[in-house]
Amino acid sequence: MKRFIKDFKKYWRYTKYATKAGLKAEIANSHLSWMWWLLDPICFMIIYTFIAEVVFTHSEPYFPVFVFIGLTIWNFFSKVMTGSVKLVKNQKSVLTRVYLPKWILSVEKMGNLFFKMCISLGLTLILMLIFQVPFSFQLFHLIPVIMVLLVITFGFSTILLHFGVFMEDLSNIVSIFLRLVFYLSGIFYNVYKRVPEPFNKILLRGNPAAFIIEQSRKIILYQEMPDYLWLSIWFGIGLLLSIIGVATIYKYENSYAKVI
Amino acid sequence: MSQNGNAIEVRDLQVCYKSLKSFSLKKSLLKLGKNKKEVFHALKGVSFDVKEGSVVGIVGKNGSGKSTLLRTVAGIYSPDKGSVNTFGHSVSLLAIGVGFQKNLSGRENIFLTGLLMGFTEKEIRQRIDEIIEFSELGDFIDKPVRTYSSGMFSKLAFSITAIMETDIMLIDEVLSVGDSRFKKKSYKKIKELISSEDRTVMIVSHNNDTLMKLCTEILWINEGEFVMQGDPEEVIQKYEEFMDNEQAAAKEAQELAKAAKAEKAVKAAKAAREKEEAAKKEKAAKEKAAPKPDKKPETKDPKKESAKAE
Repeated sequence: MKRFIKDFKKYWRYTKYATKAGLKAEIANSHLSWMWWLLDPICFMIIYTFIAEVVFTHSEPYFPVFVFIGLTIWNFFSKVMTGSVKLVKNQKSVLTRVYLPKWILSVEKMGNLFFKMCISLGLTLILMLIFQVPFSFQLFHLIPVIMVLLVITFGFSTILLHFGVFMEDLSNIVSIFLRLVFYLSGIFYNVYKRVPEPFNKILLRGNPAAFIIEQSRKIILYQEMPDYLWLSIWFGIGLLLSIIGVATIYKYENSYAKVI
Repeated sequence: MSQNGNAIEVRDLQVCYKSLKSFSLKKSLLKLGKNKKEVFHALKGVSFDVKEGSVVGIVGKNGSGKSTLLRTVAGIYSPDKGSVNTFGHSVSLLAIGVGFQKNLSGRENIFLTGLLMGFTEKEIRQRIDEIIEFSELGDFIDKPVRTYSSGMFSKLAFSITAIMETDIMLIDEVLSVGDSRFKKKSYKKIKELISSEDRTVMIVSHNNDTLMKLCTEILWINEGEFVMQGDPEEVIQKYEEFMDNEQAAAKEAQELAKAAKAEKAVKAAKAAREKEEAAKKEKAAKEKAAPKPDKKPETKDPKKESAKAE
């Protein structure tokens, strides 16, 4: 734990710079450059809204906003997951030359996607204006929710990072599993209303993505209080996963370079 | 820092690559139960000290574990047994073709590498112009590294390590990068770096002349085992002898095989010729000694026969 904090301080500047540079490199060669950070979530929102409203003809109040919140959180979560698996292999050239605590790579990845999520959240505010969702101080409850999301994501990410080094086909498994979770998270439907009685609650509590999405919607759309009991439970689980993940990485990270 | 002036202490260092091969689910399912562990010992118990401010060259034939040794000293590999102590010195490893994020520009890579070496952004900013100038990259410095040629790549790598000075520099066969002008320049720079009292350098190279000129000590490892450490001339001479011997032995064996083959061929040819001659003479003898044909099959020696015939 001490080592974690020490390394965090030591490599913080590197992480920051690497995240920035990575973001810049992503857009450097595209025509619309940073516009993609806005276009990407908006396009997906339109697609899912179209499918849900026109094809399935059922709707929620403020439906585009509803979908948009789901997508924002889901994108962050799933992209960190898929990215984590290959992190070490992709950074091969750096890792064979210099020592770097490997979980820093997770933080870097999360930093990159967190930035995009913040843009999405900013867009959400604009959408709220357009669709006349009432604003309130409730929105500040979003901060602990996002914190919990970060901790959980970091926990899963470190563990996937570790196994990703040794298992070549972990990415396939993760992508299948994520697809399943995607449909179970109610990105474009209301889990609570659509899934029959006992399962909806289980799903909403047992699936971190569904849980966080549901809480965010509660806060943003319905001005309700988030479920702080379950938030703290998930915070605990996330913390535990992170500790396990970081400890495992510390134990094995020096052999990663031998494998890749 | 250590009390006895050592910058690096390596004790009974063993590094092996074992059962750490990455596996896929299918492969591991198929192999379940009969999992064979392949162990490759790259270093088998190497111990040595490096004095602060010294320049140590490492020699050894390919696959002796030289690069593994440097990487372990740099903290990239963990020792499976034994220990490496660098007494808190900052260490940088310079090796061919590694260390850059290909999608980022050269400038950004300088920053990232510098930050990883433990420098602050301010320190890097102070030296970045020097690095760019030394690397001779010009406008390419702001282009993504993936567009670089291999020469530019190594020049940049060399420049960063040479100018962002760390306490311990590990150099892995990069003394011969770039064109001859850059080579000269980098050689000069290395010499300059080395002349500093408190800088410790370990160099892996196959160029014995360079090592002889630069190093204060040479370490020789062979197939993961420590052979000797000491005065450059002495060690290099022994090492060259060893390599020559090995080469000579191989050559000798080859030559022997060749000679044996040749001898066989000569013998066969000779035998064939002799046979032919014998047959000719026999014929002649037959013609001459036609009345006595019965004796011919009993005699084998053509000389005798010809003598008889005469």
